[in-house]
Amino acid sequence: MPFAGVDFLQLDELLTEEERLVRDTFRRFVDDEILPVIGRHFREGTFDASWPRKLGSLGALGASLTGYGCAGLGPVAYGLIMQELERGDSGVRSFASVQGALVMYPIHSFGSEEQKQRWLPKMAAGEAIGCFGLTEPDFGSNPGGMRTTARRVGDTYVLNGEKRWITNGGLSDVAVVWAKTDEDGAGQGGAKSVRGFLVERGTPGFSTRDIHGKFSLRASVTSELIFEDCVVPASAMLPGVQGLRGPLSCLNQARFGISFGAIGAAMACYDEALRYTKDRKQFSRPLAGHQLVQAKLVDMLEEISKAQLLSLHLGRLKVAGTLRPAQISMAKRNNVRMALHIARNARDLLGANGITDEYQAGRHMCNLESVFTYEGTDHIHTLVIGEDITGIPAFD
Amino acid sequence: MKILVTAKRIPDPGQKIKLKGNALDLSAANWQLNQFDEYAVEAALRLTEDGAAPATRQGAVTVASLGPADVQQQLRSALAMGADKAIRVEAKDEELDAVIVAKTLEKLVRRDQPDLVLMGKLAADNEGNDVGQRLAALLGWPQATFACSIQVVDGGKALLVGREVDNGVEIKKVRLPAVVTVDLRIIAPQAVKNGRTAANFAYPEGPRYASLKGIRAAKDKPIEALTLSGLGVSTALQVKTHGSELPPARQAGKKIASVHELVEKLRSEAKVL
Ligand SMILES: Cc1cc2nc3c(=O)[nH]c(=O)nc-3n(C[C@H](O)[C@H](O)[C@H](O)COP(=O)(O)OP(=O)(O)OC[C@H]3O[C@@H](n4cnc5c(N)ncnc54)[C@H](O)[C@@H]3O)c2cc1C
Repeated sequence: MPFAGVDFLQLDELLTEEERLVRDTFRRFVDDEILPVIGRHFREGTFDASWPRKLGSLGALGASLTGYGCAGLGPVAYGLIMQELERGDSGVRSFASVQGALVMYPIHSFGSEEQKQRWLPKMAAGEAIGCFGLTEPDFGSNPGGMRTTARRVGDTYVLNGEKRWITNGGLSDVAVVWAKTDEDGAGQGGAKSVRGFLVERGTPGFSTRDIHGKFSLRASVTSELIFEDCVVPASAMLPGVQGLRGPLSCLNQARFGISFGAIGAAMACYDEALRYTKDRKQFSRPLAGHQLVQAKLVDMLEEISKAQLLSLHLGRLKVAGTLRPAQISMAKRNNVRMALHIARNARDLLGANGITDEYQAGRHMCNLESVFTYEGTDHIHTLVIGEDITGIPAFD
Repeated sequence: MKILVTAKRIPDPGQKIKLKGNALDLSAANWQLNQFDEYAVEAALRLTEDGAAPATRQGAVTVASLGPADVQQQLRSALAMGADKAIRVEAKDEELDAVIVAKTLEKLVRRDQPDLVLMGKLAADNEGNDVGQRLAALLGWPQATFACSIQVVDGGKALLVGREVDNGVEIKKVRLPAVVTVDLRIIAPQAVKNGRTAANFAYPEGPRYASLKGIRAAKDKPIEALTLSGLGVSTALQVKTHGSELPPARQAGKKIASVHELVEKLRSEAKVL
């Protein structure tokens, strides 16, 4: 039976007709195109090469941007796409998040007209793939310490350094790379000197290496980007932003979508656990007839319902223009936590079956470990909110 | 070709049926477009476009539904797939029967004069399977039911309609205007041939997705609102529902130890030997 959604509080009534239509399109897309093949891709550690174009033809890539072949959707409709994609798999949602929020968004917001024309239409169609290089081997939660540099030489920049844990890295036609420059009097080498560069595949001195042995996000490509005296024209720099504000503003876009995405993974796990426990009998009754099992199912439903309200409300704030980054931190932190918790409990209720890839819960559980860590770890979001309410930053 | 497609919203057939007293309780129903009507929308779009360049259309597709205001959601999803406009005739579900629906559609057809009415072969809620036939009779038009393929012939004046029957596929030729009801296989990649789309063109299997572009465009497409009285349709129900009940729960089976006992039970209890 196809997935019918989880809507205990009748929150559908708070959605517009357009938002529901968008959600339903991607709900069906996931049933038809993702779920039949995701088990195999996860097992084999492969990303389906047909996904980018399929997502592009429906308009899912950069869906909240306007112009340049993008759909111009509102934030809630965009969030609901992320929710449905992650109901399929966090890896598929990661692909779309990175493409839309971390690559197309900065090009759209900070790029030159020429950069926009060159990349956005092709990326919206899924004909070109992008990646976002911020994290380095020695700088994860603290990207301001990054070591990658861009040295100005005449009309060019020379990039040196290494980025790691980069989603889509090995697949990408273009990388948005954040590096420290030595000019503009911007406190030489400090966080203020960070600039973004568009580095195209095939540029001499730029190579990628995929990371293997993952037990999480196996249907998504994660790579290292290596820059060794990589020369790019000065026009490859994103002219519109300087300092860590550039990458952080992208992350805010992506985190907003992730807060919706996590709900999708949680719904998939809850739905699976509910069906399974109603079906399987132990001790003279269905598993779902035991009090402890019901308590777990109710906890799941309650957490999902609260998370739905949280994300929906932030979407409305985003439209109103009053959404603050610390609020996005709360949604990312709360929703990913609850999704991970639900995935673990769903895995439990499925018993031994829960450890196989015939069922979804184990896959979502492993995937959500990455989602817990990337886009700001759970700790980091705690500290962002902590600083917001106390006025005291607990990190540097 | 001008096509009128009918669309009914039905409760999700996968949902468990609930009763309140001896009537259906639809308060928690998940409403959706009847799947066969969705196939009819897909077939209508294939008939009016060039599959290789779907943006260039020849003809127009109107989708009509009878129902409460919520039906707008299902109409909007047909518009998002690509239909040009929609008509909603206001009515509560309990105010409708197959006769009223057929007579209402007759009024719409006489007013708008489409070349073809495409309908699902049945609605998957009550599986009535009679509105199409009634409509054809009221109009005095030829009909072809359970279409698994449609081919436009005679320069657009007639259709060859394939129908799956017990011993194969029967091909019927119908003059236009006509009423055609569609079955599941009409959404096979090459089931619809309009004479403009390249003969070897293959659509993806199934009704198309509403793309985000389609959904945005659907916002601006008109949904005309009409009433039964405005159309001059009598609202007296001809079909009355006296009650609904769930089928009796299945009894648990019995385990039988030996072939001998089985034969014995077949004789004494099942009485089939
Ligand atoms: C599958 C996957 C895909 C990714 N994709 C991308 C991508 O596309 N682009 C990109 O740039 N990056 C990407 N990342 C990297 C990701 O953003 C980082 O892993 C993340 O920022 C954490 O950095 P780290 O792994 O170095 O962990 P660390 O920063 O070393 O953190 C390790 C632990 O220490 C804790 N910690 C660190 N600092 C503090 C503190 N001040 N107080 C309390 N606790 C602290 C953390 O919360 C965590 O528990 C991806 C990661 C994964 C797993």
